[in-house]
Amino acid sequence: MSAATIVVLPDQSTARIPKMNFITRENGLLSWLLTGDHKRIATLYLISITFFFFIGGALAGLIRLELLTPQTDLVAADTYNKLFTMHGVIMIFFFLVPSVPATLGNFLIPMMVGAKDLALPKVNLLSWYLYIIAGIMAIYTMAAGGVDTGWTFTTPLSTHYLNTHVISTGLAIFVAGFSSIFTGLNFIVTIHKMRCPGMTWFRLPLFVWSNYAASILMVLGTPVLAITLVLIVLERTVGIGVFDPAKGGDPLLFQHLFWFYSHPAVYIMILPGMGVISEVVSTFSRKRVFGYTAVAFSSVAIAVFGFFVWAHHMFIMGISNYAVLVFSLLTMLVAVPSAIKIFNWAFTLYKGSITFETPMLYAFGFMGLFTIGGMTGVFLGASGTDIHLTETYFIVAHFHFVMVGGMLMAFLAGIHFWWPKWTGRMYPEKISQLAAVVTFIGFNLTFFPQFILGTLGMPRRYAAYPPEFQILNVFSTAGATILGIGYLLPVLYLTWSLKYGAIAGNNPWQATGLEWQTQSPPLTENFLEIPIMDHEAYDYEWLERMQQKEVASVG
Amino acid sequence: MNQISPVLWQFLVKWLTNFALFPPEASKIAPQMDALYFFMVLVSLVGLTIVVLLIVSFSLLYSKKRHPVAVQIEGSTLLEATWTIIPLGLFLVMFVWGALLYFRIYTPPANAMNIYIVGKQWMWKAEHPGGQHEINSLHVPTGQAVQLTLISQDVFHSFSIPAFRVKREAIPGRYTTVWFEATTPGTYHLFCTQYCGTNHSQMIGDIVVMTPDDFRIWLAGSTSGNSLAQDGERLFASLSCNACHNPRADSRGPNLANVYGSRLTLSTGQTITADDAYLRQSILNPSAHNIQGYAPIMPTYQGQISEEGVIALVEYLKNLNSDYRIQQTLNTTELPAANEGSAAPAGKSPAAQGEVKP
Repeated sequence: MSAATIVVLPDQSTARIPKMNFITRENGLLSWLLTGDHKRIATLYLISITFFFFIGGALAGLIRLELLTPQTDLVAADTYNKLFTMHGVIMIFFFLVPSVPATLGNFLIPMMVGAKDLALPKVNLLSWYLYIIAGIMAIYTMAAGGVDTGWTFTTPLSTHYLNTHVISTGLAIFVAGFSSIFTGLNFIVTIHKMRCPGMTWFRLPLFVWSNYAASILMVLGTPVLAITLVLIVLERTVGIGVFDPAKGGDPLLFQHLFWFYSHPAVYIMILPGMGVISEVVSTFSRKRVFGYTAVAFSSVAIAVFGFFVWAHHMFIMGISNYAVLVFSLLTMLVAVPSAIKIFNWAFTLYKGSITFETPMLYAFGFMGLFTIGGMTGVFLGASGTDIHLTETYFIVAHFHFVMVGGMLMAFLAGIHFWWPKWTGRMYPEKISQLAAVVTFIGFNLTFFPQFILGTLGMPRRYAAYPPEFQILNVFSTAGATILGIGYLLPVLYLTWSLKYGAIAGNNPWQATGLEWQTQSPPLTENFLEIPIMDHEAYDYEWLERMQQKEVASVG
Repeated sequence: MNQISPVLWQFLVKWLTNFALFPPEASKIAPQMDALYFFMVLVSLVGLTIVVLLIVSFSLLYSKKRHPVAVQIEGSTLLEATWTIIPLGLFLVMFVWGALLYFRIYTPPANAMNIYIVGKQWMWKAEHPGGQHEINSLHVPTGQAVQLTLISQDVFHSFSIPAFRVKREAIPGRYTTVWFEATTPGTYHLFCTQYCGTNHSQMIGDIVVMTPDDFRIWLAGSTSGNSLAQDGERLFASLSCNACHNPRADSRGPNLANVYGSRLTLSTGQTITADDAYLRQSILNPSAHNIQGYAPIMPTYQGQISEEGVIALVEYLKNLNSDYRIQQTLNTTELPAANEGSAAPAGKSPAAQGEVKP
């Protein structure tokens, strides 16, 4: 066992969680609700997004259950439409967008750059409150009867033809948008201004690079979404007619505006996940990330190109053929940096010294599933095949491979990887490895059949479907059950580990990041003294020298 | 098995007897689309295999047990250039190939038979040029290019025929087109693929592909008596369009004979081609484009004519190729009601007779 793991834990009979840390520093509910500490805010975020993840997951479960049979027999068509709308809204705006940045990013970025906190701690707390207000509005919407526009709010359906709670949902997303703008702003300022001495841009961990790229997207993209949603609300309340053809408006304009945010939003969701994978793959193969600069710049390239591909959601909408040419070409270009990252991660393993703890298993899962998700994106980016495949289950499968197979795997990899740092305790290794494998199997069984369904032409958002599609849907629903178990397991054993997990010590993974050179859980100020960065990121030889020095001086 | 679990039994029987894996290829474009599709599947499989092979072989070769000390490597410009350039090249091939298909699917040939499709919550209405109306079904012949001109009466819909590999959005207030040439007779799925409200999943129908002979029989048996253009002519007369749009020298509106496809000069000096979209807009929102030399006095017909009505008018205008035809329309509407029974003068074209209701 000892040869197959890099975990080095302190002697469990004498080890204690440090008495003074960010969790024990102050007590009482108010000390949490009024905190400025990025680690506490990250904890608040972690609890709240997990809550929303399970609401969204329950909705997904109901959707899959309804699709077990071709008829609408579990819920009526109206209810089904509300289910998938709320599933989309909650999973995207209340889970995926804040998932890695607001939890892991919040927790780690100040430590990774060697700072005491984010640059604007109060704004950070404000952004959590905005998120909670938005969340309450979303839950109110659901309790009051839901909304059935689809998460894309396509006009004129959302403005003139539905009488569900479009306004409260739109405003909920509007408010949630400010939460993510503030988070992004905070990260950008912190990364620019708060780096410790010696921390040059090219010594930053790749997690920081990818969150930086995502932050730029948040700050530049989200306002467009906010304006678009305000226009929807104005259209419904006072009928300003921007999107109404009867008043000289253009319903397609809505889609241009909506996707101008919502395509970059896809990269807001996936880029921070890519950052997690860089950290995990490097740590568990004991090697510097292969081609650090290429991986760092590919994040920036994705962020830049990501803004110029939005119309690929509209190839069949009657936009000009030449616009289609341009957007299809740009879409192909944005696929390249993702391919570069996958190969760079794979070659990080080359001549490494690899171990297979849970975060690494999730990272392997990410690499496989993201490759499929990315390649099927090219099917949709090529304008010809897009005509057949868009608006079908193919596209549903594609974005679930990227978002669930990619982002959620990365999120779980990150949660397991930094759990010892966050709580001071290890998660149980064997059962979590099992959970990673169960998730991988369940995921493939759920979403792979949907590629075939999409190729057959089964449209998305159908409450009922022709009977010959049933077999594949049964597979998909069966897979969703397994996937559900895969997601419940971590909640159970991570909660268990809060009390019973082994004491982790400062650096159980022998990782090089600055966050691992301080105690776990960290002090409120993160470090005893501001660290000085005198080596490159992922310098395992530096770590070894330092540990030898420590042994020598103690001995 | 049947005793153990009837549900499982039913599932297995269904699996073995009715398990679709790939849609039928029933149009000329379908095999071309599938060629690109399978090329992409192949590239994806090769790419995925490479990634999985790299992960698995490195995991085996360089596990901590076998390879206790990692060798630090910065990177390799050559390798990185390889996996930048090869994917880029493949993606560009897919881009060009895809774009060729895209232009083919959305550029109808000149000799295509045009069928109008109107989408509304939650049904598809098809208007054949011969006046055949269909709801939630579309009959088309094999071996003939068919162009669909789509419009929506309310929200976005999308007209999808998986067996033909074509799909086009039906947009409120705007015509869109798509074309196909069916090759194999049979009945295929028609789906609305753009989410359009409560009964989105009921907005489905059948595409019935027939041999040209069967199609002729079907056309003859399904006629509503008037062609689409005749419907339009009747509407033209009943809305008194011909009060202004006539060939007289003192007419208040431009003469509409041969207007379709012509270049018009607007009062702003711009020129514009009179296509379907232009004609539609000029009826519903005439003040958007004023023709040079005419006062902007035409009232809007927004809300007074249904999308089918507009389609009939446009179809009438498309076929309006001489002043004589307008004159005929003019004469019949001016006939006193008492003479209705013997209204049709001898020598009048049969098309014009339809507009006087007995």
